[in-house]
Amino acid sequence: MQPTGRPPVVDVALQGSGITVADQVDRARVLQRLRLGDAAYRQLTRAAAITVLIILGGIIVSLVWGSLPALRTFGVSFLYEDAWNPVTEKFGAIAPIYGTIVTSIIAMLIAVPVGLFIAVFLTELCPMWLRRPVGIAIELLAGIPSIIYGIWGLFVFAPFLQQHVQPFLIALFGELPVLSYLFAGPPYGIGILTAGLILAIMVLPFVTSISRDVFEAVPPVLKEAAYGLGCTTWEVSRYVVLPYARVGVIGGVMLGLGRALGETMAVTFVIGNAHRISGSLLAPGTTISATIANEFTEAVGDLYTSALIALGLILFVITFIVLAAARLMLMRLNARVGG
Amino acid sequence: MATTFQSPLYASRRRRNRISMALAFAATAFGLSWLVLILAVLLWEGFSGLSLSVFTEMTPPPGSAGGLLNPIAGSLVMTTIAVLIGTPLGILAGTYMAEYGRYDGLTTVVRFINDILLSAPSIVVGLFVYEVMVAQMGHFSGWAGAVSLAVIVVPVVVRTTEDMLILVPDTLREAAASIGLPRSMMITKVAYRAARAGMVTGVLLAVARISGETAPLLFTALNNQFWSLNLNAPVASLPVVIFQFALSPYHDWQKLAWTGALIITLAVLALSIIARLLAAQRRSS
Repeated sequence: MQPTGRPPVVDVALQGSGITVADQVDRARVLQRLRLGDAAYRQLTRAAAITVLIILGGIIVSLVWGSLPALRTFGVSFLYEDAWNPVTEKFGAIAPIYGTIVTSIIAMLIAVPVGLFIAVFLTELCPMWLRRPVGIAIELLAGIPSIIYGIWGLFVFAPFLQQHVQPFLIALFGELPVLSYLFAGPPYGIGILTAGLILAIMVLPFVTSISRDVFEAVPPVLKEAAYGLGCTTWEVSRYVVLPYARVGVIGGVMLGLGRALGETMAVTFVIGNAHRISGSLLAPGTTISATIANEFTEAVGDLYTSALIALGLILFVITFIVLAAARLMLMRLNARVGG
Repeated sequence: MATTFQSPLYASRRRRNRISMALAFAATAFGLSWLVLILAVLLWEGFSGLSLSVFTEMTPPPGSAGGLLNPIAGSLVMTTIAVLIGTPLGILAGTYMAEYGRYDGLTTVVRFINDILLSAPSIVVGLFVYEVMVAQMGHFSGWAGAVSLAVIVVPVVVRTTEDMLILVPDTLREAAASIGLPRSMMITKVAYRAARAGMVTGVLLAVARISGETAPLLFTALNNQFWSLNLNAPVASLPVVIFQFALSPYHDWQKLAWTGALIITLAVLALSIIARLLAAQRRSS
């Protein structure tokens, strides 16, 4: 360990302080151990980071592997067949896919405008002292577990809709050409519309909190300039804040959409689990996640299980695309803000 | 001047402004009313069933009295194991992303994937663990339930750890390096301490998230009518029992489901409020 020529700086600094050669050997050993520990810790953290990738890879591989029997049996027709018969082992995914997409559309149609208006309230109208409490209350809504929405939807919300809202809708739209088709049939209470409404309540906090964050990131100078020109609050929000925050809002909306597509428990309680596509929004239906949750433990036979896993794969692919698009948009936004 | 303020254009702009601002108020009231409604119903339905026997007795067969002791214990055990597995993994991964590889390509990819896992449907996680563990072992088990919850914990902890470590000022790191601390010790002794409150917040949020998770447990831990903490066998959990009891036709079971729902909600809300207070404390200090 003794270097040749000029002694190392450390040794020069330690000269005359009673350090012996033995101490220096000890010191070298300690330094060596630290260096090893350092490298080990670095590799450990790196391995943990790679584990995150492995989890995602594992999810994809296991879903593809599990759904192979079903995909081999039904081929592409699995995507558009509407049969779902465990007895004859004929499976097609279109009814759950339809239910997933329609409930999510209903949810977004309600949650996006309401969420944007709440964000406008929080950033433009709300007095300062009230901002944090209201913001936190909205975020607590996001923290309530989905099973709570489910049990509440089943026992409180669905009967309310059945007795008060749905008869009204049927009477209101019964005479109109297209809408009478959408709101046809007896008021079941549970069904596509109820599931969509519950999803709207669940997605609302996500849309709201991201919209609020991007609205707050709008430079005050822009808003002040618009107010200075005599714009009303509405005009500032609509023509200055919203265009500036557009990318972030779209990212937030897609994040909420990703949630709505994959939400399981709340939907399972109120959708009715009926494998059919009906034109009426009041009729029971099913979604991908509700089908899996309801039937997986009762599925007998490899093909049935495999068909359910194939549904999971479809769900994962759809949400992956939506969430990836949302993240890319938000990342682009961050890059712009940062740069 | 007078003509300007009475012009139809100005009047219509003002009217439009007033309508939209009223809508903003209404939207906020609408959003908040759901929180109030849900909590009110939960308290109303769940509180009457809340008694000591809920915490001391097992889940009953239909038609008799009982409690929720076995699902509560099962939930606690599986949540604890999930946190014990998920937290170290998440903290280490977050450490790599914020400290060692802040600007490298791996971090960008992991951050992107992690954000997707953060919002991925939890039922898919259940299917994944079913394929990897339940199908291989041949039976449902508490371990599988705990692992599926851990898979949900990891992204939450990774995200908060990374965010909190990035907030630690570089001057602290430079000071640590200048007195000769190796990098690993600089991270564990200095950066972790500075970011501790935020990291604890992340773990609390993760616990809040998994304590209400039902979907991944449905076909990993399954359910169990009896007292069992044997993690190699099916284990009851509070959310799954609520799911089963709420959809049953028996009034006693539905009553217990409400009580269970109240317990979960109170626990989750308490956790997220504590997490928020911790975060706020950090910001003000």
